[in-house]
Amino acid sequence: MLFYIIRRLAIALPTLTLLIVFSFLLMHMAPGGPFTAERELPPQVLANIEAKYGLDQPIYMQMLEYIYGLVAHFDFGPSFQYKDRAVNEIIATGFPVTLTYGTLSFIVAVLLGGLLGITAAIHRNSWLDYFAVGLSIGAQVLPNFVMGPILVLIFVLWLNLLPGGGWNGGQWQNLVLPVIALSTSYMASITRLTRSSMLEVLHSDFIRTARAKGLPKRVIIFKHALKPALLPLFSYLGPIFVSMITGSVVIDYYFSTGGIGIAFVNSALNRDYAVMMGVTILMGGLTILFNLLVDLAYAWIDPKIRY
Amino acid sequence: MSVHLDRSKITEDPGHHTAAGRAAEAVAGRSLYADARARFFANKAAMVSVIVLLAVLAFALFGSVLAVWDNETIDWDLIGVTAEHGAPSLANGHYFGVDELGRDLFARTVQGTTVSLMVGVVGAAIAVIVGTIYGAISGYAGGRIDNLLMRIVDILQAIPYMFVLILLLVVFGRSIAMLFVGIGLISWLDMARIVRGQTLSLKNKEFIEAAKTTGVPGLIIVFRHIVPNLIGITMVYATLLIPNMILAESFISFLGLGVQEPNTSWGALISEGASTLQYGMYWQLGFPLFFFVVTLFSFFFIGDGLRDALDPKER
Repeated sequence: MLFYIIRRLAIALPTLTLLIVFSFLLMHMAPGGPFTAERELPPQVLANIEAKYGLDQPIYMQMLEYIYGLVAHFDFGPSFQYKDRAVNEIIATGFPVTLTYGTLSFIVAVLLGGLLGITAAIHRNSWLDYFAVGLSIGAQVLPNFVMGPILVLIFVLWLNLLPGGGWNGGQWQNLVLPVIALSTSYMASITRLTRSSMLEVLHSDFIRTARAKGLPKRVIIFKHALKPALLPLFSYLGPIFVSMITGSVVIDYYFSTGGIGIAFVNSALNRDYAVMMGVTILMGGLTILFNLLVDLAYAWIDPKIRY
Repeated sequence: MSVHLDRSKITEDPGHHTAAGRAAEAVAGRSLYADARARFFANKAAMVSVIVLLAVLAFALFGSVLAVWDNETIDWDLIGVTAEHGAPSLANGHYFGVDELGRDLFARTVQGTTVSLMVGVVGAAIAVIVGTIYGAISGYAGGRIDNLLMRIVDILQAIPYMFVLILLLVVFGRSIAMLFVGIGLISWLDMARIVRGQTLSLKNKEFIEAAKTTGVPGLIIVFRHIVPNLIGITMVYATLLIPNMILAESFISFLGLGVQEPNTSWGALISEGASTLQYGMYWQLGFPLFFFVVTLFSFFFIGDGLRDALDPKER
């Protein structure tokens, strides 16, 4: 087990380093420096400013400094567009928002999806099963950027039940639509996955044996079938996490929830590379951490895994 | 690409010849592909999807012939009153209505459909070429090389690529060409993994062993004997990849970071449509969304159909 943890870390750390180095180099390949303004600065002033931000150093020194700041103080450096704000502050305002509705959506997707998939498999060919299958097919073509407008059309414009956007300190009314829009398609794929894996388990020999010796259905399902059926879901959590983090950008953009995604889009439009890089590295780091945890948990739960 | 296709024909042909030859003797034998074709034709959802997809394709190719307006001309009669008088109408030639700026939505939808389909096909083509070569080499080489190549895929897959892709687009300029490159860069990872798995199971088969003992070099074995046998599975995953590429492009264009005006795509059209919903211009969301949904559905059904047809034990 210890060896497995070390080996997993041996993949995670280079990944993160690669991401940092890659985005850093990319940022420096971009045309124009951060202080190339419309009105040209006198060369001496420009040189002074660049010296202040350390831009006169060779690129590998700048990179090492950036990485050092990141590791030592969790410092993403200054923003290039908002001279008075550090990337840290921009992240600190948006991140709690993204985390709130992101976590909620993740829980909704996994719990509802898993529950629906399992129930559909147990009651195969019932109306619930048909609903689950229909949903999992339909939601493939309804990603968050399609769900958003449709939800707004129904619940805001026609029924006038909920606000069409904004955060408002995280009131539940403001959370409902973002969470539904973000979680639906992932919930559907989880439903599809758990349904088919539960069906496979229910048709396996050991379940037949359990049925043959007369165990009650409840015991068969909860004691024997559930655990192996839910195992595949585990390896799916990582990819879902990545897609949800990505999807949060659309949510912030469309629902104006003010999360970290809108900072990313705005910085992309403003060419504020420092913010873009900060968000990319933060999201990448989160993803890598989450994948690591999932893998370790998986190795711990599943006795069959080799490490 | 053409090389692959040619070889697929070569592998397919002997099957037909022997089938035809045996038919003359006694019972007609069926090749793997003939069998798969029969199963695919029997799949109603997949067949309907093929027809729908052909219709969408025809719309993309010949839609501009039907259009009265082009995609850039502003209809000055309607500007400012698009919400009241911009609805779809046959009389003024705006079959799908106009957008907020008074441009013809029919022409714009034709253009968006073309761009989105192109992104999907190009992305999937890159995935097929790069992924097949990479995966086949990795699987066939085995050992340390395989380990290294697959760790690289692991590392690339652990990165939330959408952020990196947007970073790429911003740094190198937001053009369709850059979008192709960026989407192509990430699309091949899954394909490489799948192809590697298939190669592992192929490489211990007798015909590979026979090739090895007669002294065929490794690379030639990969390209002449392994890759042609992967065509089936590559086709299936390519069909399933196309909608995913379209989704990725639409995602970026929805945020306004993808294709730029006057070019457009489904994502950009959906984004514009979503912003004018509040004025009651439902057609501006409805028409692009209809084409988007119908096309994705078709690709998914065809992909599923192909998979079932080529791999009957899956059912």
